[in-house]
Formats: sequence, structure tokens, C-alpha cells
Amino acid sequence: MPNKCKHIEKLNATLEQYEQYRKFIIYKDKVLALGNDSLEKTIAIAVSLCLVCAVLVSFAAVALKPLQVDNKAADMKKNILDVAGLLEEGADINAAFSDKIEAKLVDLETGDYVEGINADEYDQRKAAKDPAQSILIPKDKDIAHIRVKAKYAKVFLVKEAGAVKSIILPINGYGLWSTLYGFLSLEADGQTVQSINFYDQQETPGLGGEVVNPNWRALWKGKKVYAETDQPALDKGMIGEADIGEPALSLIKGTVDTTKPGSQYQVDGLAGATLTSTGVTNLVRYWTSNEGFAPYLKKVRTVKGVKS
Amino acid sequence: MSAILNDETKKVLTTPLVNDNPITLQVLGICSALAVTSQMSTSLIMALALTLVTAFSSAAISAIRNHIPSSIRIIVQMTIIASLVIVVDQILKAFAYDVSKQLSVFVGLIITNCIVMGRAEGYAMKNPPLESFMDGIGNGLGYSLILIIVAFFRETLGSGKLLGIEVFKLTKDGGWYDPNGLMLLPPSAFFIIGLIIWGVRQWKPSQAEKVEFKILSIAHGEGGHH
Repeated sequence: MPNKCKHIEKLNATLEQYEQYRKFIIYKDKVLALGNDSLEKTIAIAVSLCLVCAVLVSFAAVALKPLQVDNKAADMKKNILDVAGLLEEGADINAAFSDKIEAKLVDLETGDYVEGINADEYDQRKAAKDPAQSILIPKDKDIAHIRVKAKYAKVFLVKEAGAVKSIILPINGYGLWSTLYGFLSLEADGQTVQSINFYDQQETPGLGGEVVNPNWRALWKGKKVYAETDQPALDKGMIGEADIGEPALSLIKGTVDTTKPGSQYQVDGLAGATLTSTGVTNLVRYWTSNEGFAPYLKKVRTVKGVKS
Repeated sequence: MSAILNDETKKVLTTPLVNDNPITLQVLGICSALAVTSQMSTSLIMALALTLVTAFSSAAISAIRNHIPSSIRIIVQMTIIASLVIVVDQILKAFAYDVSKQLSVFVGLIITNCIVMGRAEGYAMKNPPLESFMDGIGNGLGYSLILIIVAFFRETLGSGKLLGIEVFKLTKDGGWYDPNGLMLLPPSAFFIIGLIIWGVRQWKPSQAEKVEFKILSIAHGEGGHH
């Protein structure tokens, strides 16, 4: 009878497994009884230790992965909400984010929006490391010392009642010890700074690390990114494409004298952190230059707007 | 409790605090003591992580100590320690993301912390698992104690705060305290640890190392021939 056959097969398989298990136990006892310095025991111990440790490590990595991915995503959203000035204590980050913020991909070269790629899933930092999705920056233009940039940048539009209220640009560049990663938030005119924050940096705590200090970050509000030309109307829709002006924002030594002309382009440098300050100036200038978001911001400010 | 804590376990738990402190007497684990002590919060997490890693790795190594081939014993210890450190790192990333961001590379560097290795090689290879576990906890606590003292001075003097809460009002915020920038840099931990070692050895002269050679005075030096 076929049913009986199946049972016997199963039984045989179990027996075989048991037999192998028994062999393993006998072998284990034999190995453990060997002298510690015998070649066979050395290899057996090394192999089994590696197996046990590998299982332990992989189990921890795999089991905790979903939590870690969530943490990372939530942290990123928190930073974006923070730079947009929308972060509220205790509020649900995910809800606030999907409610008010829209991610878009920008082709850095043309300044147009990229369609056909899911912006929410696009990882700009990963793309920058992938030769197929990145561009090598010519040495003479690489003032931020980042060597490569992703072809497409992921910007975030903060919307209020259907209209864009602010534009959040991802920025990065080298400071003293580390590459600083952060966001620069501009108002809808693509010129006035709303806020800046760095979510990933390893500058000296207390000196260069003060880039995360809320008091210092507050100094950025209202500063202008581009040198203003003498043209009368700078409002959105009134200027031609070429008239955006040069990147002008920089950190200076000491405190900005707000009575002097040009102070709208200046932010206090960080005390005791000249190199980090220079790095921040360079990276802001790099990302607002033609290498960075200037083509995009030009289109933001012209009649035609940004094509998609 | 007293059944578990026999004399030996009590001894291994308490002597590393002062009498056989891994940092001040054995002068191990200095590297991370310099790196993470600019803030109290990172120091506390680092202390906890190191204590757990030392305890569990000592216990694991001790459990298989009779079967570790001496030719590969260091690498066996390293493998166990490294695995535990990775697990700790993964747990921190999953449950204490902000702290793990601050500690960044230093959690991974527990692998190379001399205390973990030192206890594995110096104690766990010769003693049973429970005692080794307690020895790991004790040495971890000794390390923690020094870390907390150093972090206390560095954070208060360097940024006028403790655990992120303001204790001295800084001049830049309109207060009176002008922070000491040196305290934020790693070398300041050298000075503080040096002062602690000096203090402890004044208090317990038996910890001072024996003079290995004597510098001859000039008068004696000239007469050194006879």
C-alpha cells in the first residue's frame, strides 16, 4: 500500500538522521578527548566556533534589521521636519511627514524634475557611490571635496494649502574630520534661507560639532544664498534664467555686523573651528553653484517653472 | 545572594574598582576612555556596553577554556569578543538609535579594547565561567567608574553641562562661565586620568610601580667605578 510505503520512507529518513546525529556525537566526543594542540582538534574547534559565532551574528543582524531600517527612516524624516521648522515634540513623525512634505528627484544638470523613479525609495547617498548613477566632479570645481555626486538629487517640497512653502535641498561636503551631511531649507523664492541642519557629521564635539547647535543654526534664518543683482524685480516669475547671481553665502570669523551692507550673505563662523567653518562655506557654495542646485533654483524662480 | 557571591566572586567584583582598576593600575582601555568621555551620556552607554561585552565574552571563553587549542587561542578569543560586540552594536542601532549615532565607531572599537582581551587572557582562560563573568562585570565597573569621573570633569568644565543639562551658564548665553575648550579635546582625558592615577597611588602607595632603575646623582655618577 502506498501509504505504508510513505511511512516506511519517513521512518528510514528519521533513522538516517539519527544515525548521522549519533556519528556526530561520537566524533564530537573523540575530538574533545584529543589533545588541545592536535591539528584535528584545532581545525574542528576553529570551524565550529566560526559556525556558532556566524549564526549568532547573522541572527542578530537579520532579526533587528527591520527595527534599524525604521529607525534610520524615522531619523531622516525627523531631520527633514526639523529643517522645515515643522518638528513638534511628541507628534507622529510619519504622519506629519506624509502630510506636508513631498519628495522629488531633480536632475542636477538640467534642473528639471525626474519622473519615472520613485522618489520615496531613492537613496541619494547610495546613488552617489554607484558609478552608474553618479558623476565624477572635476577637481577644480570640487570645492566641497566630495569627489562624486549623484546624477539625481532628492529634494523635499514643503507644501501648505497646495503651494510650495519651502524647498529642502540635500547638501554634503568635507569639514575637518568628516563629510558633513545635511539639509538646507530655502523659502519658495529659492534665495532666502529658512534653516540648515546637519544630521551626519563627526566634527570635534563642542567646536566644529557645534554645527548642530540650535542657537547657531538660528543665525541662518533670513540669509540670502545668491548675490542680489541690481535688477528691480527679483520676485518669482520676473527674472530671466541667467540672472540668478553668484553663490555668496559664507561663514565669517567672529560675529556678523548686521549694520554693514552684505551682512545678509554672512553667518557667524564657529568659534575655534576655522576648518569646519570653511568646509560649511564651501559646501553651501558648492551646492548652490551651477554644479549643484543653481540650474534647478533658476527654474524655480522663472516664469516657466520647473519642468517635469 | 550570599550563596552566589562567595568570597572569590566578591573579590573579583570589588577589587577592580580601586585596588586593581583596569585603567588606573593596569593602564588598559585608555584609548576609548579618551574618545567617548567628552559627554556623560556617551560615557555611560559605552561603560554599559563594555561591561556587558567583557562579562559575556569572559564567561563564554571560560566555558570552553579547556578545549581551546593554545596555538589559536587569541583568535578564538577575538572571534567571541567580536561577535558579541557586533551583537551589542546591532542592538544599540535597533533600540537606542540616537546614542549609537553618537558613539558611532567606538562601539565597534570595543573589539580592540585591551580590557576585554586582557580579562579573557588573564582571567577567563584559567577560571570557571561564573567567576569569569563576575570578573568581567567587576572590571567593566572599574572602567565605568573612571569613565564617569573623567566625563564628569570634561562635560562640566568643557561645555558647562552635565548629561546635557546646564550647570554653569556659559558666557555666550549670557552667563559667567567661559568654557575650557581643551576639555572637549581628547588630550584633556590624559591629564584627568593622569591626575586620578597619581591620586590613587598617593592613597595606596602599594600601587606605585617599583623604580626600575635609579638615576645617579652627579656626585655618585663620578664615583660609579668603585
